Amino acid sequence: MNTASDVGLVDALRAGDERVFADLVDRYSPAMLAVARTHVASREVAEDVVQDTWLALLKGIDGFEGRSSLRTWLFRVLINIAKTRGVREKRSVPIDLTGADGPTVRPDRFRPVTDQYPRNWAYPPQAWTQSPERSLLSSEALDLVRSELDQLPEQQRLVVALRDVDGYDSVEVCALLDVTAANQRVLLHRGRARIRHALADYFEAVS
Amino acid sequence: MTGPESMGCQDFVELVTDYLEDRLDAPTRARFDAHLDLCPPCVRYLQQIRDAREVLGRVELDTISAGARDQLLTAFRTWRAGRSGESS
Repeated sequence: MNTASDVGLVDALRAGDERVFADLVDRYSPAMLAVARTHVASREVAEDVVQDTWLALLKGIDGFEGRSSLRTWLFRVLINIAKTRGVREKRSVPIDLTGADGPTVRPDRFRPVTDQYPRNWAYPPQAWTQSPERSLLSSEALDLVRSELDQLPEQQRLVVALRDVDGYDSVEVCALLDVTAANQRVLLHRGRARIRHALADYFEAVS
Repeated sequence: MTGPESMGCQDFVELVTDYLEDRLDAPTRARFDAHLDLCPPCVRYLQQIRDAREVLGRVELDTISAGARDQLLTAFRTWRAGRSGESS
């Protein structure tokens, strides 16, 4: 969100620096594609929306005054284009918080309220025993997390992707996805718990 | 019940995100911290959530196709050529 460094980027674009343009496309397109995908019916259309947004940037670059960051500008234009396409396709994704009140860790992992130690762990989380072949840094763990991320419900997947994969902060994510701060936290909480659970299954399987 | 026992592990695990987001109110935060001091399994759980975030940080999100990227770079060159034509 640094508008000062954006001035340099915008100047470079105006001067026709293709490398700067390519870097921006590579940096922002994944998150743009993910956000666009919530408004339109297919990945193909979402990709068109991302392309149209970059073309709109080129068209509008001389008028860019740096009142907002380049990133904010890009996403605002993206969402406008995506909504226009989405309305045409009659797609909208209401926030789905189904089951959001339920626990993220199975109740049978805990002692009952009648127990001497109520609501304490009955089956506590096990240590994740790592080895050179089986570690958090392995490509296997990475593949596992990626595939679990892909299986999350759409809104959870988006929030986790933007927050934990791409490093956007909560205020930005709320604005991009048009969710409240509280709902954003619920989605993040459930998504992260599922990713942890998948890793736990993987690391506990050997012990 | 008083002290750390007033927060069960089952409550703790549902508060980890609000804790990491710094959204717990002061009394709940104090009980959360007290629970952490006394409960190694919950320390482990919290660390595993952090570990999950670290692995997530290494994931690369799906992006536009190489073909779409090439089209954009071609469009950029055309746009640039049009601009230098204007100024000359």
